[in-house]
Amino acid sequence: MLGKKKLEPSGVDTTAMATTEPEKEQPWQELGLKQDEYAEIKNILGRRPTSSELAMYSVMWSEHCSYKSSKIYLRQFGEKVTPEMKKYLMVGMGENAGVVDIGEGLAVTFKVESHNHPSYIEPFQGAATGVGGIVRDILSMGARPIAVMDQLRFGAPTNPDTARVVHGVVDGISFYGNCLGLPNIGGETVFDSVYQGNPLVNALSIGSMKHEDLQLAKASNPGDLVILFGARTGADGIGGVSVLASETFESTGPTKRPAVQVGDPFAEKVLIECCLELFNSGVVAGIQDLGGAGISCATSELASNGGKGMRVQLKNVLLRDESLTPEEILMSESQERMCAVVPKKKLKEFEKIVQKWEVEYSVLGDVIDEDRLYIKWGHEEIVNVPPRTVAHDGPIYERPVKLPKYQKALNKDSSSGLARAKNASELASQLMELIATPNQADKSWITAQYDKYVGGNTALSMPDDSGMIRVSEESGLGVALATDANGKYSYLNPYEGARLALAEAYRNVAVTGALPRAVTNCLNFGSPENPEVMWQFKEATAGLADACLELGIPVTGGNVSFYNQSGDIAIYPTPVVGVLGVIDDVARRIPSGWQDDGNNIYLLGETFDELDGSAWAKDLHDHLGGQPPKLDLAKEKLLAELLHGASIQGLIESAHDLSEGGLGIAVLEASLRFNVGARIWLGDILDRDQIDQTAALFSESQSRVLVTVGREDDVKFQALCEARGVPCLRIGVTDSTSGLVEIKDVADLKLEDIRTSWSGVMSELFG
Amino acid sequence: MPKIIVEIMPKQDLLDPQGKAVSNSLHREGKKEITAVRIGKRIELHFDREITDQDLEMAKTQAANFLSNDVIEDVVAVTKED
Amino acid sequence: MKIGVITYPGTLDDRDAQRAIRLAGGTPVPLWHADDDLKKVDAVVLPGGFSYGDYLRCGAIAAQAPATKEVIRLAGQGLPVLGICNGFQILVESHLLPGGLIRNEKQHFVCKDQKLRVENNQTSWTNMFEKDEEILIPLKNGEGGYIASDETLKMLEDENLITFRYLDGNPNGSLNDIAGLTNKRGNVVGLMPHPEHAVEPGFGPDTKTAMRSGIDGLKFFQSVLQQVVNA
Repeated sequence: MLGKKKLEPSGVDTTAMATTEPEKEQPWQELGLKQDEYAEIKNILGRRPTSSELAMYSVMWSEHCSYKSSKIYLRQFGEKVTPEMKKYLMVGMGENAGVVDIGEGLAVTFKVESHNHPSYIEPFQGAATGVGGIVRDILSMGARPIAVMDQLRFGAPTNPDTARVVHGVVDGISFYGNCLGLPNIGGETVFDSVYQGNPLVNALSIGSMKHEDLQLAKASNPGDLVILFGARTGADGIGGVSVLASETFESTGPTKRPAVQVGDPFAEKVLIECCLELFNSGVVAGIQDLGGAGISCATSELASNGGKGMRVQLKNVLLRDESLTPEEILMSESQERMCAVVPKKKLKEFEKIVQKWEVEYSVLGDVIDEDRLYIKWGHEEIVNVPPRTVAHDGPIYERPVKLPKYQKALNKDSSSGLARAKNASELASQLMELIATPNQADKSWITAQYDKYVGGNTALSMPDDSGMIRVSEESGLGVALATDANGKYSYLNPYEGARLALAEAYRNVAVTGALPRAVTNCLNFGSPENPEVMWQFKEATAGLADACLELGIPVTGGNVSFYNQSGDIAIYPTPVVGVLGVIDDVARRIPSGWQDDGNNIYLLGETFDELDGSAWAKDLHDHLGGQPPKLDLAKEKLLAELLHGASIQGLIESAHDLSEGGLGIAVLEASLRFNVGARIWLGDILDRDQIDQTAALFSESQSRVLVTVGREDDVKFQALCEARGVPCLRIGVTDSTSGLVEIKDVADLKLEDIRTSWSGVMSELFG
Repeated sequence: MPKIIVEIMPKQDLLDPQGKAVSNSLHREGKKEITAVRIGKRIELHFDREITDQDLEMAKTQAANFLSNDVIEDVVAVTKED
Repeated sequence: MKIGVITYPGTLDDRDAQRAIRLAGGTPVPLWHADDDLKKVDAVVLPGGFSYGDYLRCGAIAAQAPATKEVIRLAGQGLPVLGICNGFQILVESHLLPGGLIRNEKQHFVCKDQKLRVENNQTSWTNMFEKDEEILIPLKNGEGGYIASDETLKMLEDENLITFRYLDGNPNGSLNDIAGLTNKRGNVVGLMPHPEHAVEPGFGPDTKTAMRSGIDGLKFFQSVLQQVVNA
């Protein structure tokens, strides 16, 4: 693996040596670089890189940091955009997180990110540090983090390894999020054997601020100081870099460096309060959080973004572990660290604030008026690079793309061949079976481990369709957030699957009374070196970009996670889409279940016979094939506008969108929400839409919502639907006394029985 | 490096949920010969010079008043270690 | 009527406590842990959170803070003090209240709406409740199990020092279903549940009337304001 290394007298590989010893063998391959990338680095520098420079380039040019395989496709999010769409966008893609104007001089910043691989290796720390990382991104924009959400995908529920991952991940998110004092306001949990060796742990955070609080990650004033503060730097997360460690002559200190990062939420909570005070006092000119690639990233990005350079003395970094080599220090992913750019005259004030919060700090260097990043280790220069080449001008790949071999056959294999229930009793038992599958079952086992109250501004959280947070206590101005993805749909048709994910999140925001305004995404895919996966990625990004353009809401930022595969088997393409909406007063919010007796239940939208990719097909018949449900975004838009209009007029008592499991599941969920039953009839749906009972109950047709309206508002509501051209059918009445969900000609289901089946599943599986 | 070791255990008659959880886990792995598990703390107080008798007294006081909560814990040992 | 709320490193529910005081009609005064000047407040709240990351023991390090020492001194002179969750842990570590608080029986953090019975309505913080009134207050913790020796438990029962008991299930294994205590004088009250999360309609626990409409927590803060006015 590694050639014999020459023993350096000082132990470090300097820029001087890089010129005098050009032929030194370097482990560029072990560090994940390709031959042409190594050659390009030599070309940029005009010599071979030092081992520190090699470490920096290798991690900054990695897929995770440079987006090299995805850049050419992500461009669409910035290109397929109209000026109208950018109206509310204060900061777009490319920064730590997007920032959206919500009115009244206020803004929110939000983003979703993945921490998939670490969560498989060490579920607790992987998930915990995932939360920590995304919260720091939000903080670095100048915002106070106000909520978190998570999107989890685990393997088969009964596989013993799944329990290991579930326990660790939920404990980790609970531990970190709760200790930060951030309410968890929603998310999703999916079980599918395709994620067995590759669980997906995506974490979202949102923060709020006044417009003038905005901070950016740039160092643009020569003379400003560069200060590293927060936790001390240790050996977290540098597994791969140990090939550079001089194993040959240090016998003290550990030889094995952990690949996992370890989080301390208390340190981060203190860091949050400290940073907000620093921001408020105006002592910070630029700020960057340290995430993947640690100091390498912070220094090169701050310099590059500011169009200037930097001089850094690496020995000034406060260490947890004195045995770390310069390469290890540059690569360390120790958590809870931030890097601030502070004008010299503000240093005393800066020090006063960090000392008050007992946060450690050290001045690493200063900003210079040169397009160069110089890093010294004592007297020796170990890094001398143009910062742009590290941070932004990484390689750009145009990887080969190929339609998967299985795709045509998969799409031909429709669910129409599956046997359907022959009578009412079979239909009823299928519905009861479906509500008790892990994917549809009650997730309170998870969500009860999260604090939803802290902050006192949570207007909606699980199990409602979107999470909603009040931002202004004076006016009630708030935001709603929903995240969705459907791996099955995306596997059948990646282009449509991405569109469908956006539509579902959009609809989830709309049903709570908010108006969708911005989008974030976390694109979880297999290996980009697999042309079939690259085809899925190409299709999905195009689908999402086209759909955002059609709905008129922009992508503000996001994350790509590649290499989610076990051997040759990739996960389903799983583009998670998050939609943010704005509501003028959270008091107007709409719950996702009915509470009153005797209200009419309306089904908005049309139902088609489309069971391909449905929960009915996969979870009851183990079938996945055909094409996902058709989507007409114009209908989604109409629906959202109707819901908004009706909600402003106070006409809607409850609204629940239809998604996985179709109408049957939606009716049960809406009844379970406040334990109020209903009498439903399918006859009118069957007549108007020309479908059978199975399709009526289980089809996953899009653009549909269940709405209840107070008796006195029936006429107004129906007239509104007609005027707006939204199909509206009365299909039932709420009933708070019967304790039943009666579906005419199908079954009278006892709410108690439904609840017992639905709520017992998770604790049976996971204790 | 000279240090004083303080060992603290939860009080005998009080619940030790951590110990119980660990014991259950060991039993699930078949280690039924372990009848109980109790989990305490070991605290090291480091000094940069030789430790005196006064240091030991001070450590005992701190152990009783701050490092342990005498409602739920016992200080089982305060010892010098080189 | 000024009510102080102390912020320690790691405190989380201080802003919520301040809001509760405001909604009850008082003036919240933010206090800093390192400062022993309590700014002449009429009462003090030790809020929830994870002060000092729960290091050593929950509330152990916060109990040593200058502000805490001053609270202990003034509590001895009758200053009303309310300890919520981590605040309760700090009161117990400060020996202002007896017993100890340990890890939940089920080893998991749990956030739920908890039914409580008001056992003692003669304290500074509970005088607006009826005796045996049942209230709904959010509970969220991982280390909320109350324990005490048999002697202490007997003393607490005999002298009616238990302010709240858990109803409809004990969420954390607390002995005698104890959710909250008072000292003999009735000015120092500690409890695990969070009244400050049930003070504003629309943001409290769900009730039969409407989603998130529970505001039983408001009476805690109204009680102390009433007491201060009458003092």
